[in-house]
Amino acid sequence: MERYSLFGLLKHALHHHEDWPRAWRDAEPRSSYDVVIVGGGGHGLATAYYLAKVHGISDVAVVEKGWLGGGNTGRNTTIVRSNYLRDEAAWLYDFALELWPDLSRELNFNVMFSPRGVLNLGHTLQEMRDIERRVNANRLNGIDGEVLSPAELEARVPLLNCSASARYPVLGASWQPRGGVARHDAVAWGYARAADALGVDLIQQTPVTGIRVEDGRVAGVETDRGLIAARKVACVVAGHSGVLAAMAGLRLPIESRPLQALVSEPLKPCLDTVVMSNAVHCYISQADKGDLVIGAGADGYTGYGQRGSFHIIEHSLAAVCELFPAFSRVRMNRQWGGIVDICPDACPIIGKTPVGGLYFNCGWGTGGFKSTPGSGYVFADTIAHDRPHPLAAPFALSRFERGALIDEHGAAGVAH
Amino acid sequence: MLLLQCPHCLEARSEEEFDYAGEAHIQRPATDVSDAEWADYLYFRSNPQGRHCEMWVHTAGCRRYFNVVRDTVSYDVLAVYPIGERERESLVGKPPP
Amino acid sequence: MTGQPRRLPVGGRVDRTSPISFTFDGRTYQGLRGDTLASALLANGVYVVARSFKFGRPRGVVGSGAEEPNAIVQLGTGADALPNQRATQVELYDGLVGASSAAHGLRGLIDAARRVLPAGFYYKMLMAPPILWRFWEQVLRRGAGLGTVPQGADPDRYDKLNRHCDVMVVGAGAAGLAAALVAARSGARVVVADEQDAFGGSLLASALHIDNRPAAEWVVDAVSELRTFEDVVMLPRSTVVGLYDHNFLTVLERCADHGPSTSGAAARERLHRVRAKEVVLAAGAIERPLVFANNDLPGVMLASAVSCYVNRYGVAPGERLVLATTNDAGYRTALDWQRAGREVVAVADSRADPSGALPRAARDAGIRVLRSHGVVEAVGHAHVRAARVASLNTAGDALTSTARRINCDLIACSGGWNPAVHLSSQTGTRPVWSDEAVGFVAGQRRGLHCAGAVTGAATVAECLGQGAAAGASAARAAGFATDETEPLATDEAPLDAQQALFVIPHSRRTSRAPPQFVDLQLDVTAADIELAAREGYESVEHAKRYTALGFGTDQGKLGNVNGIAILASALGREIGEVGTTMFRPAYTPATFGAIAGRDVGDLFDPERHTPMHVWHEAQGAVWEDVGRWKRPRYYPKPGEDMDAAVARECIVARTGVAMMDASTLGKIDVQGPDAARFLDRIYAGGFLRLGVGRCRYGVMLKDDGMIFDDGVTVRLDDERYLVHTTTGNAEAVLAWLELWRQTEWPDLDVYLTSVTDHWATMAVVGPKAREVLGRVCSDIDLGADAFPFMACREGHVAGVRARVLRISFSGELSFEVNVAAGQAVAVWEALMAAGSADGITPYGTETMHVLRAEKGYIIVGQDTDGSMTPHDMGLDWAVRHGKRHGFVGERSLALADYQRADRLQLVGLRTVEPATVIPEGAQIVADVYRMRSGRVPMRGFVTSGYYSATLKRSIALAMLKGGRGRLGETVHCPLDNGNVLAAEVVDPVFYDPDGERQNA
Repeated sequence: MERYSLFGLLKHALHHHEDWPRAWRDAEPRSSYDVVIVGGGGHGLATAYYLAKVHGISDVAVVEKGWLGGGNTGRNTTIVRSNYLRDEAAWLYDFALELWPDLSRELNFNVMFSPRGVLNLGHTLQEMRDIERRVNANRLNGIDGEVLSPAELEARVPLLNCSASARYPVLGASWQPRGGVARHDAVAWGYARAADALGVDLIQQTPVTGIRVEDGRVAGVETDRGLIAARKVACVVAGHSGVLAAMAGLRLPIESRPLQALVSEPLKPCLDTVVMSNAVHCYISQADKGDLVIGAGADGYTGYGQRGSFHIIEHSLAAVCELFPAFSRVRMNRQWGGIVDICPDACPIIGKTPVGGLYFNCGWGTGGFKSTPGSGYVFADTIAHDRPHPLAAPFALSRFERGALIDEHGAAGVAH
Repeated sequence: MLLLQCPHCLEARSEEEFDYAGEAHIQRPATDVSDAEWADYLYFRSNPQGRHCEMWVHTAGCRRYFNVVRDTVSYDVLAVYPIGERERESLVGKPPP
Repeated sequence: MTGQPRRLPVGGRVDRTSPISFTFDGRTYQGLRGDTLASALLANGVYVVARSFKFGRPRGVVGSGAEEPNAIVQLGTGADALPNQRATQVELYDGLVGASSAAHGLRGLIDAARRVLPAGFYYKMLMAPPILWRFWEQVLRRGAGLGTVPQGADPDRYDKLNRHCDVMVVGAGAAGLAAALVAARSGARVVVADEQDAFGGSLLASALHIDNRPAAEWVVDAVSELRTFEDVVMLPRSTVVGLYDHNFLTVLERCADHGPSTSGAAARERLHRVRAKEVVLAAGAIERPLVFANNDLPGVMLASAVSCYVNRYGVAPGERLVLATTNDAGYRTALDWQRAGREVVAVADSRADPSGALPRAARDAGIRVLRSHGVVEAVGHAHVRAARVASLNTAGDALTSTARRINCDLIACSGGWNPAVHLSSQTGTRPVWSDEAVGFVAGQRRGLHCAGAVTGAATVAECLGQGAAAGASAARAAGFATDETEPLATDEAPLDAQQALFVIPHSRRTSRAPPQFVDLQLDVTAADIELAAREGYESVEHAKRYTALGFGTDQGKLGNVNGIAILASALGREIGEVGTTMFRPAYTPATFGAIAGRDVGDLFDPERHTPMHVWHEAQGAVWEDVGRWKRPRYYPKPGEDMDAAVARECIVARTGVAMMDASTLGKIDVQGPDAARFLDRIYAGGFLRLGVGRCRYGVMLKDDGMIFDDGVTVRLDDERYLVHTTTGNAEAVLAWLELWRQTEWPDLDVYLTSVTDHWATMAVVGPKAREVLGRVCSDIDLGADAFPFMACREGHVAGVRARVLRISFSGELSFEVNVAAGQAVAVWEALMAAGSADGITPYGTETMHVLRAEKGYIIVGQDTDGSMTPHDMGLDWAVRHGKRHGFVGERSLALADYQRADRLQLVGLRTVEPATVIPEGAQIVADVYRMRSGRVPMRGFVTSGYYSATLKRSIALAMLKGGRGRLGETVHCPLDNGNVLAAEVVDPVFYDPDGERQNA
């Protein structure tokens, strides 16, 4: 892999950028691999990268039905944070957050992680109790966080309406300074390039049509380019987990729903942090290009269309105008939907399945992008050792049967 | 923005009048089932990519629940029918027209 | 026309009688009514209207409508400012103040740095240390962005209208008008929307004849006829921005932007939410520019835009024109230009044999036509001074001569047309490539009928015919009969085949040639797209995201197809194979405020008020938001803070008499022969044997066994119960009960009705409650034996029919008086008067919280969070196992995890330091941990914490792992400020554990 650097850019400029190598090979699928990862999104590519990098398992193929990073990796609002309530979730997300600052160097690809801080607003006394509880728990878990007063918020986010006469006045907020945003596509591309350099085959435009199971063990995946045999198969296909699970005769406690988002036209810098509000229901940040990036709600129904219903957008923009009255004259440039796999407890499922050698990593709901490095790391570890990584263990599929749910509805940012 | 025909009010109305109420035709098991079977009833859903039997409630209308067969990709509504009627099995599982 | 050097002496749909003045970038100019800001700037010879995003290159007006990528301006100032307006769509008015949004560009990154900064350069540098990127990001952010956020809250308001129609016609050009006419004549309800201020689309700038009349006259007639139909709604200045599932459309109408700010006097914009049975998409097409070197110089324009400025606005944006074209239609511009008395220096036609009617007409008019030629490069610094032209091979992908220079000051280019298929793909239908149309055309979808240029139709006659056909098919699909229509004749020249050519090659290869821009707004060049392909970003989505192609405010209306063609060529694939990216709403940017409509400010979410709201307000109540309700939190007396007020209210309630407005609690009237059986299955407790006139506390679980709601249920009659829910959950509980009633137990004969708003509830609380209530209630025996705790009686209070419940959330003697909402204020005031001698005081939610916490009563949602079972909360006494049909949630209580001994359990906490209240949300640790780095295991958390004036100490409720087994132990709560509070684990009932007071 040719290392990227400012010097490299200058060098290539001398050659008019005519001899930049491919970021990753266009691999032809071989007949068999140690591990086949189904799904070339951020999580799948990260899993492949850590399998090769940490565990030395590079006989790996990532099979993607469309293009790398084409699912939720490329359709989210790029927020990164770890201020989750329950210990298990906080540890997992914070493990991921710890990997973010060094990720650009690690991958030699600038993922533009921008730790500009994340605010979660509280509008009612109960929300403030929940914020206190969560921030206290975060701090005891070694996760940064503090509770800000409306006055502190006003100073930090001048355009935010902190008026006591608002319909739902802002009573305070939690503040996680290490949180922020990153460039979503770059995460997929960075992992893809780094995994490819370690020998992983990236196979695009190849839908998996079946999962072959023999004697209770996985034997490979069927694709429209033929069978690809594998000792282990790992499925990381947010938005389509149920479909893949059905191929192996499994059911999942998941409903897939459209989660909508939108961007405004680009504006001069006016918001230098991430503001999330559960009660009035929106989250918002400003991309480096100047667009306001706004997360709206999930549609109420199951849906695989990467679009949603308009009233969701209406509510979210009413919330934006309520929180930021000056944004009322700003215009929406583009709206879209991603498909989020939502678990009953708003936490992911990571780990083994009843089928030997078959692993699932799914159900991240709204938490997928921020967890990408951590998810890939613990999933790779789980696959390599055929046992759950300690951080992943509480997120086993079996938790539903035991009733050991990890209820994160309060922290998921969206009331499902 | 879906348009649903309430089988009780007999009028097509915009989605905003309704609330989605989850997958339809899930049989609530007797209480002597295993934990796994109980968990399956509580949490596990078919979540298909294609035709889906689901319940909606006409919240801002007659407040009655009803069943819908809807394609989860095209969002086409293929049938609406009252609670208690049998699943429109003939509609589910077939490829779209 | 002094001061408008480029204004033609005649022509155009502009009012020449009284020039108006406007300001742009600090200078004042004159324009005409009927101008856009762009046409007026061009009339004044203002060519440079922007600097480019990445390289700060000068940019001019390119188009004449929604496709404009360059002329992005800020209008007005202060709170009235409008960022990111397209000058080509801004109607000029007297006094307009505009400014270029684009005196920006990364200041350090001048054009010279371009060579070092190809697409995606930022992915390849500044990876470490992290601080380096943080620094660079600040630089980048300062340079990025177009407009500036208005200063202050939006003074304008926005309306929404819901519309229903049989046929929605998108676009009122030739095809749209023809469709609307046919549909309207069939009797269908029709809505026609067009983004321009006048109907007619491109016919407004056309010299054609339809039906032997000038096109503009035909338009006038068509519009007049449409206006005669009662059921036809005509919406000019209205852009259909979104087409959603099941033919739901959003139409944004600009009502006020064509004049000075009205500052909210009238709606600035209206969003029409249209539900159509059928949609006719007649959105037209947008001309495709040609990609060549330095094609971003001001003075390079779309051919159709040049015609539009000449014909519609009477503006000639130059003197000497070179036309670069791949098709016949482009020749119209040369002819228009010549007709305007300006010089056409040359037409460079890429085709070997342009022999159609229009090329012939051009040659006949003495225009020099260069066959097999292309403009390979624009020459100039801030404006076009010449075109370099060269001959091309047949395929158009190589030069066959060296380029020669032709002096000119305007280059018009036409690379064909991109159908405006955006709306058609917003619901997931992919556009498909048409070799014939040389463009992506709409994919087929039920309920959508495409007509006109959006299908690739090139002539007006075709558009008219397709429009009539689409109007007819839409009307028929909506259930209307249509008549045959005669095809309309035009005097239009037929068009010969165009050439599919997107990029004019340069003598140097793309990577070394001067920049050949594809996306002008984001400075994406052909070399960038080739680089993306070279590096493996082969999917159209990858290439788009890697280069930022199409991410501008024009959403790639000009650049996308050229970009796809360049990518296809670089990959050696067909364009159709590469495909297009999906178009998303909005077609053109849509104002947040218009999408929010009136649901902002006071109307953001309706407030719910109890009947006594005004009374509370007069008493100076401080409010708490609970759900949508406004509830009094406390009633401060002068000089009192919350703690003082609450302490006073608590003491009065415990020692005298106090009153609370409890009207917000949800109330559900449950009736029917099976009402008891229904409640018995819904609640964890037993309800079959509850006697008439008796009350029972019940806890309601979700089927996962977790507490969902709680409240008191009264049996009013044999077959009638009144269920109380928590304030915030009232709607959810009703929906939940209905779900079970309708879907699981349809055999039960029971009916549910919400009566929350019908009744007002006032809790008369305290040792003197009986005495005070007795003064205004003579027909209920309030005696302890006659009216025991947990009983219900009906009678009159203050002369008003009342239902009185002897229930208590405070632990005191308490009567909850329920009266019809409309009579509540009188009763409330009568009770206050009756108690005045005893010092009756109103109390709010805060005091309610303290009183109930002293008694260890939980609040669902505060002490529970959806993950607590009745056992966790010490509510086993409210659970009855072994009922015949069980209860909702019962089976889950047997799941393995629910049996853990170390589950969180409700306990009370008494701080070692009695004056110190533990903040709610504090976490509990086992030992005297200080806040420090690293993880500290947590054992639970505090859900409620108060200072009890009655007990003269602080109390708290908490969830503690294995809590009930830890009574007497000391736990610690580390706080933000570094303090650690020690507390003893105690039973959660702090006061009157035997209930003597409430039973009194």
